[in-house]
Amino acid sequence: MQKPTAPKRWLTMKTYAPLYLLTLPGLLYLLINNYMPMFGLVIAFKDVNFSKGILGSDWVGFKNFEYLFKSSDAILITRNTLLYNAVFIVLNLIVAVGVAILLNEIRNKLLARFYQSVVLLPYLISMVIVSYLGYALLSMDTGFLNKTILPALGMEEIAWYNEPKYWPYILTLVHTWKGAGFLCVVYLAAIIGIDQEYYEAATLDGASKWQQIRSITLPLITPVIIMMTLLAIGRIFYSDFGLFYQVPMDSGSLFNVTNVIDTYVYRGLMQLGDIGMSSAAGMYQSLVGFVLVLLSNYVVRKINRENALF
Amino acid sequence: MNRNIESRAWQWAGHSILLVYAAACVLPFLLLLTSSVTDESTIIKNGYSFFPEKFSLEAYRYLWNESTDILRAYGITVFVTVVGTTLSLAITSMLAYPISRRDLPYRNPLAFYVFFTMLFNGGLVPTYFVFTQVFDMKNSLAALLIPALLMNGFNVLLMRTFFMTTIPPAVLESAKMDGAGEIRIFYSIVLPLSTPIMATIGLFQAIAYWNDWFNGLIYITDPKLFSLQNILNRIMSDIQFLSTNAAMSARASESMMTLPSASFRMAIVVVGVIPILLAYPFFQKYFVKGITIGAVKG
Repeated sequence: MQKPTAPKRWLTMKTYAPLYLLTLPGLLYLLINNYMPMFGLVIAFKDVNFSKGILGSDWVGFKNFEYLFKSSDAILITRNTLLYNAVFIVLNLIVAVGVAILLNEIRNKLLARFYQSVVLLPYLISMVIVSYLGYALLSMDTGFLNKTILPALGMEEIAWYNEPKYWPYILTLVHTWKGAGFLCVVYLAAIIGIDQEYYEAATLDGASKWQQIRSITLPLITPVIIMMTLLAIGRIFYSDFGLFYQVPMDSGSLFNVTNVIDTYVYRGLMQLGDIGMSSAAGMYQSLVGFVLVLLSNYVVRKINRENALF
Repeated sequence: MNRNIESRAWQWAGHSILLVYAAACVLPFLLLLTSSVTDESTIIKNGYSFFPEKFSLEAYRYLWNESTDILRAYGITVFVTVVGTTLSLAITSMLAYPISRRDLPYRNPLAFYVFFTMLFNGGLVPTYFVFTQVFDMKNSLAALLIPALLMNGFNVLLMRTFFMTTIPPAVLESAKMDGAGEIRIFYSIVLPLSTPIMATIGLFQAIAYWNDWFNGLIYITDPKLFSLQNILNRIMSDIQFLSTNAAMSARASESMMTLPSASFRMAIVVVGVIPILLAYPFFQKYFVKGITIGAVKG
């Protein structure tokens, strides 16, 4: 390959100039919205003092991290984030694959379509709205559970928003309710893509439905399951802020079971004004999150290059 | 014969499980709707219920006649959704098209610049400072439009893949032969050929803007700039404040005056979700397609 001469290179750049011009707003946006905050991570090493400005604040080395990891919070929020996400990943997988298989089996296509539309509904609404739905069910004085269901069962009213023991179940339920429909659509698409001849051959051989699911459907969608699960594992250090903040209504007595890294960072920044701890926790999340994304992608790549992010 | 029974058993099992699941998805919405048309004193006596003793449209009458705050918030939500989605589609496609061109010099570094934002991010604290200290966006409409939502690397790469796979290079070549410039090719040939991806990404962006409360939560303190989600959010935190600080009766009774009634709150939620629910049957096709293309290749 010969290097283009200077005038020729200038000509190339000139022909492509309009295209580069098109990219400018987008590139600028990513610079502001994504790259500047990345460099902004240095504030985790500073003692932020607004009178000196953020860049002018004193460097404190790893002090913020020392405080963070000496406190009991670090272990608590890490544990909550990882455990919840692990449960979510497993449960979402089971529900989504199960429902996708059933949807595929339903012979009445009109009804199947109806079910599919309905299970996607919760995915369309915001967590604020979800918190209102939760409140209508769980409110102490006016909730449907306390006023209708529990009395019918002859049980005492429960102060749901003050009882931590129920919340791991409530949060898991809400998360599955909201998210499983989405994954279900993905798996259903994979199942529909399976060649019908496999099933015809299996039916001729006398295989039962259950056998067909176990030895045709599940093995053939396993690659999709593995990809989706690995991608979710890559994001296991990030949690759904809305779920953990809105649905428990930011209730202080529940923090032990509802505080995750994202809510901790938010409260440190917006409610407590503890920028040091907050930014240290944020950086901890960014770095571990980055490593996990790379690792999960590495594994995806080993299994199937096509599906890897890079 | 045996097979017939087995097959029927599957249908029955399938329908019953799916029916229960579908009910679990719909019933909370129904409770919301019935609560919003329940007489206030009935709610206080019986709680939220699917079969209210006494109906009342008072909440909606109040919403329509009295509540300028809610109407303004509604206007802000609509404005942010329309403007945000339009801007978002514009800058996403303008970035995606050039990096989809195989002949563009430096397209790989550009694609990597986009892609890296999907792997690593600075998180909330630095982002907050960038938008409040470097760009003075606190309490501005820009704060509802720009941070986090306007464009993301994922959508850019999704669109790039679409351009690369569905727009034949020959079409671009012949347009160039006819003397069309790059910009003109982009908007009069590429964009019209790309309505499916535009509809899909536009839909996801519109839902994201309509549902967003996070930007309002961290960047907006002036109630005049609240979107509908932010108003709902504020009411909820007032309720929480009252229930945890019941002892502070003076403050509590004072806030009680301004706290919307139980049915009114639910009416606000209903008007917030109704547009999405009504539009859903029409956009469902693109929505389902968006989920699958996003999952298959990200």
